[in-house]
Formats: sequence, C-alpha cells, structure tokens
Amino acid sequence: MNKALMTYLVWPVAKFLIAFIIVQVIVAAMNWIERRLLGLMQARLGPNRVGPKGLLQIIADPIKFILKEDIVPSSAEKVAYYLGPMLPLLPAFVVFCLIPYGPPPTFTVTRVNVGLLLILALTSTAVYGIILGGWASNNKYSLMGGLRSAAQMVSYEVPFGLSIVGVLMITGSLDLVTIVRYQEINAWNFLPQIVACFIFLVSMNAENNRTPFDLPEAESELVAGYHTEYSAMKFAFFMLGEYSMMIVNSSLIVTLFFGGWTLGMFGFGLTTEVLKGMGLLGGLIGATIFFVKVMLFLLMYVWFRATFPRFRFDQLMDLGWKFMIPLALANIFVTGIFILLGQERLMYWIGIVTIALAAFYLFKPKRAAAQKVVHAS
Amino acid sequence: MFDVHEMEVNFGPQHPSTHGVLRVLLKVDGERIIDAKPVIGYLHRGTEKLFEHMAYPQCIPHTDRMDYVASATNNLGFVETVEKMMGVTKMIPRRAQLMRVMLSELQRISSHLLWLATHAIDIGAMTPFFYCFREREQVLDLFEAYCGARLTLNCMRIGGMPEDLPYGWLDDVEEFCAKFDAAVDEYESLLTNNRIWKRRTVGIGVLSPEEAIDWGITGPPLRGSGVEWDLRRAQPYECYPELEFDIPVGKNGDTYDRYLVRMAEMRQSNRILKQCIPLIKQTPEGDLKAKISKVIRPPEGEVYHSIESPKGELGYYIVSDGKTQNAYRCHVRPPSFVNLQALPAMAQGHLVSDLVALIGTIDIVLGEVDR
Repeated sequence: MNKALMTYLVWPVAKFLIAFIIVQVIVAAMNWIERRLLGLMQARLGPNRVGPKGLLQIIADPIKFILKEDIVPSSAEKVAYYLGPMLPLLPAFVVFCLIPYGPPPTFTVTRVNVGLLLILALTSTAVYGIILGGWASNNKYSLMGGLRSAAQMVSYEVPFGLSIVGVLMITGSLDLVTIVRYQEINAWNFLPQIVACFIFLVSMNAENNRTPFDLPEAESELVAGYHTEYSAMKFAFFMLGEYSMMIVNSSLIVTLFFGGWTLGMFGFGLTTEVLKGMGLLGGLIGATIFFVKVMLFLLMYVWFRATFPRFRFDQLMDLGWKFMIPLALANIFVTGIFILLGQERLMYWIGIVTIALAAFYLFKPKRAAAQKVVHAS
Repeated sequence: MFDVHEMEVNFGPQHPSTHGVLRVLLKVDGERIIDAKPVIGYLHRGTEKLFEHMAYPQCIPHTDRMDYVASATNNLGFVETVEKMMGVTKMIPRRAQLMRVMLSELQRISSHLLWLATHAIDIGAMTPFFYCFREREQVLDLFEAYCGARLTLNCMRIGGMPEDLPYGWLDDVEEFCAKFDAAVDEYESLLTNNRIWKRRTVGIGVLSPEEAIDWGITGPPLRGSGVEWDLRRAQPYECYPELEFDIPVGKNGDTYDRYLVRMAEMRQSNRILKQCIPLIKQTPEGDLKAKISKVIRPPEGEVYHSIESPKGELGYYIVSDGKTQNAYRCHVRPPSFVNLQALPAMAQGHLVSDLVALIGTIDIVLGEVDR
C-alpha cells in the first residue's frame, strides 16, 4: 500500500478510533465512578443493582437513553434544537486527536505545532450548542440556562487561556509534546506556575459547568437549565459532551502542568527515551501513567461536587472578571520578570513554599466552630 | 433610554425547589427579581372545615397532615387547645407531659434536619442532604418505635398520651442524643465557614426586627432578626419552665443568621431531650391519661392557644357551642403561612438564585400554608 496513505490516513484514523474508544469507555466508567464515589461520600450506596457492584449500569444507562421516547417540543426551533446536542460533542471528539497520551509518534494521533491554540479554539466552540439548545427549546428556564452558560463560558475562557500563557512562556512552545518533554527535563509545570495551575483548575471547572459553577443546569433554580426540554438520546449527547469535555480538560491540565505521560522529576527511570526504546509496551506504560493522572483529576471533579454549594451568577462573574483575570495577568507579568532576570529556578521554590503553606493551612488542627449566635435564656 | 425587557416566569407549582406546590409569579429583568408574588392554594384540603364535622379526637389525624414534616407539634397544639377549653391542662400526668415534650423536641430536630437538607441542596450543596437524612431516619425510627408511624404520627390524645413508651425506647433516645451533637458539627463543618455558603446567605433577605414583627413572623426567622421570642419561654406550656435551654438569637436577620439560629436550636433541642430522659424515668409507668370523660364536649366558649412549632407560632382557635362533640369553628394559625407573607418583600431586588435560598430559609411546608 502507498506509504503516504498509511502515514496520513490509515494510522491517524486508527489511532483516533482507539483514543476515541478509550475515552468513551472512560466517560462511561466515569459515570459509574462518579455515582458510586458520591454515594461513598454521602453515606449512601449509589447504583448497585445492575450487575456486580452496579457495574452494568454503564450499559443499562445507554440502553435506557436509546429506548426512551424522544420528545421534541412542538414550539421548538427545530434545526437549532437538533443542532444543540451535537455541537458540544464534536469539538470534544476532535480535541482527543491533539492530546499526546504517550510518547510520540505512536501514542499521539497528530502532532500539531500549534496544538494548544487549536485545542483552545475547538473547546471554545462547545458553548454554541448549549446556547442554541437553550434558546431553541422555547422555554424560559432553558433560555436562562443557555444565557448563563454563554456568559459563564465566555468569561472563563479568558482566565483559562491566560493561565496557559505562563506555561508557554517558560516552555517556549505551543506544541504539547514539547511542553511535556520540557517538564520531563525540568520539573512539572505546576511548581513554577502554581498560580496558573490554580486558575486553570478553577476555570476548567467553570468551563465544564461543574459544581460549584454548575449554574447553567442549576437543578434547584432552573429545573435542568439548558437541557430541560431534551430527552432520551439528545440529553445523553449533552451529558456525553460534558463528560468528554471533563476528560479533555483533565488531559490538558495533566499535559500542561503535571507532566503528561512522564513521571517528571520523580523519573523512576521511565524517561521518554526509555519508553520509546521499549516500543509498544513503553507507550502503554506512558499512556497508563497519563490516564491515571487524568483519572485523579476526574475524581477531583466528583470531590468538588460533593463538597461545594453553588455560586450565584453575579458572584461567579465577579470571581471571573475581578479576581481570576487580574490574577492571571499578574502571573504572566511576574513570570515575565523572572524569565527576564534569568531566575526560573526561583519560581520552583516559590511554588514549593506555596504548596507547603497551603498544606499547613489545610492540616493544622481546626479550632472549634465559634459560637456565632447570641444565646439569651 | 433603555428598553427594559421584563420576563414573567412561573416559578412552580412544579419546580424542584418550591418545597411542594408553591407557585411564585416572578417578574424578572434578566435574573433580577422585580416582583415575586406567591400563589398558594394548590394543596388546599379544607382541613378547618373538616374539623367542624368531626368529633375532637377524630381531628387529631387531620392535624398531622398540615405540617406533615412536624406532625407531633401539630398534635400537641391541637390537644392542648382542647384541654385548655375543657380546663384540664393542669390534670395532665407528668409522664405524659414529658413524653409530649420529648416527642415535640424530636420532631423539632427532624423538621430542622429536613429544612437544612432541602435548604442546602437548594443552594447547591448536595452532601448535607444525605447527612441530614441519615440522622432524620434515626428520629423517624424512634417515632416508629413509639407509635408505628414515621411521618403522620397521630401520637397524642386529648388528656394525655395513647400508650406508654416501648421497652428500651429511652435508651435509644439517649444513644441518639449522645451522637447528635457530633452530627450537627459535621453539617456545620460543611457549611458554616464555607465561603460559597456565606456568599450565598449573608445579606440575603434581610429582615429588621421591626419588619419581622410587622409581618407577624414567628419562629426561627423572627429570632434570626434578633427578637428573643420563643413561646416555650414566653407562654410556657407542658413542663418547659423546668427545663434548661437557651433561645438562640441572630443579629443581622439575614439568611445566614436564620441558618445559625436553626443549627443552634437543634443543639438546644438535644439538650432538652437529654434533660427529659432522667426526669421521665422518675415518673410511674402507665400514668398517661388525665381522668376526663370519654365523650369530649367542651363548654361553650372560644379559646386561642399557640405553641412553638419548629416553624414558629402554631396557634389553634376553637369555638365550641357547648352542645355538640365537634367544634363550631376551628381556625389554624400556621407559622409557614404567615411567614410566607414576607417573601415578596425579601425577594425584591435579589436574583432568581436567591429566591430559592429565601424559600428555603422561610422553611415553608405547603400542607400547612394551604391547610
């Protein structure tokens, strides 16, 4: 067969399909893990009826979604209504091609030298589906949910993008593979870019409409927000889109700040060269490391969901525009100064000190809750 | 200059966070509430009219169904009113009184737990919901052990109590009390100092003490505004005068203070329960009913009596013609109904998200609002 055909069509498609299937399996597993883990945190069981430990719930849910009646409101704007659930799904799938799961070239579908920009561009289109869906349903709650998500996702796109700039400055590349290799040689980027990492973490929660930023679908306020009028597979598409984007964002934070498929400064001899030397096995090891890290961040989403109440809309905007964006800009400025002075090493120490302080604050013995109510008897 | 696009939104009657079938006609400008008008009556069952056609003891199960998450206090209010009419209040045996106090304090705990659960989930905190239901389940188990019912207890009779405490019940209560303070600490660890929770509740729906009194608000919302008014102290009934407890009072009258007041009240209820256990052990077993006639026919006249239900002042106004076994007129003053009045004033200028917090903080039960 033509070699060019193999390089440019067959392999990429095959790799995309494999990545796609893996990610879809994670999405399905994530659904089960989230519900079981939430159950564990909330003194209840979670789904445990279908199959051992409720594992077959993963299959039962799609079957239910497919078999359910697909209701289209008669007053809905048909084209936009159908388009709504599809749009968030497409960028999520495409982005999977751009993320390096393991050492290139085998475990990276495509290596684009402006990969990061492409990912940002693609993920930001996901909001259209939600706005369209919310508007086309011809329901006031859906409309409010759609508008909220539009404002929220557009606002948080800014700190999301700005937080990445710091990483770009120290690594000097938009290519995700280069960024990972840089972290392998130096240290994981979350140390020198601790502030950026924090902003990225918060913004990615907001981008995904997850608690505490789940305002667009705030159940107790807007019934179900933008997907109130969606049923059956259309709703499943929205959910699939949301979970896929969660995985995309977790993959991004792992790639940008936590060393991708490498173990970075911990090493354990598993450098990219060694992994490459081991061939397919090495790639699998790299991919396993990558997905374990991704899983940890996915679990953090669940942890957040179990812990936090929901922000109010104006407070969300305040946090985005008045706190996150100035902080991200300041981070860029400070990083620039350090790079100009040639003191990159100092940033690592700042990161370590910050983490130490945070850990100290978290684990210091808590004072008894102050009695805030005046007691009169 | 600007064209204001007001939108009318029907908030309810079928909405996840209206706690039943409350309908609020919202006029919103974007997300800001211009006007909120509660529309009630979707759960109207004509309870007051039903009372006119039933003998007094038959009314007790119907009182259960008003504030259906706090039926013991509903029972208590009704039987006390009838007893007051008959002039037998002093004759109620001490054991029965203590049992009534214990049941109503347990009920207060369970009602406040349900309030916290729904209030928290309305504001988006999912986990306290399950934690609260874990403890509430234990309270309901205690109710079930006593009277067989978990929700609509029907657990009091005019002149006393229907049956004695089952064997080991007091030990179960003691066990529950021992663990309950730690459970409240657990809820508080998730919410009290949580910044998001504070941002969602501090300064929301502020009621000054004067406003609160003008609206006729009672219960935790009134105490949250800093007015020290608790009918257990102000108009003591049963054996409350000899029990030690504090009345928690807030300062700012906002949603956060009302939250703190209710959390403190749960602890105080627990304190009362702990005091009741040794007291009730001193009383003779089986001494449960006052010597009153089987046919209850109060003398002609009218009486108003109110108790402190978990939600505020629960009052019954009964008119008897002295000839029949049923009331000539029975009016109920439900705390939720009166407290709900303040909703439009409290919601003015807040956002839609706050409306949910406000409905939660008033702690309404629609069975009681509509009767």
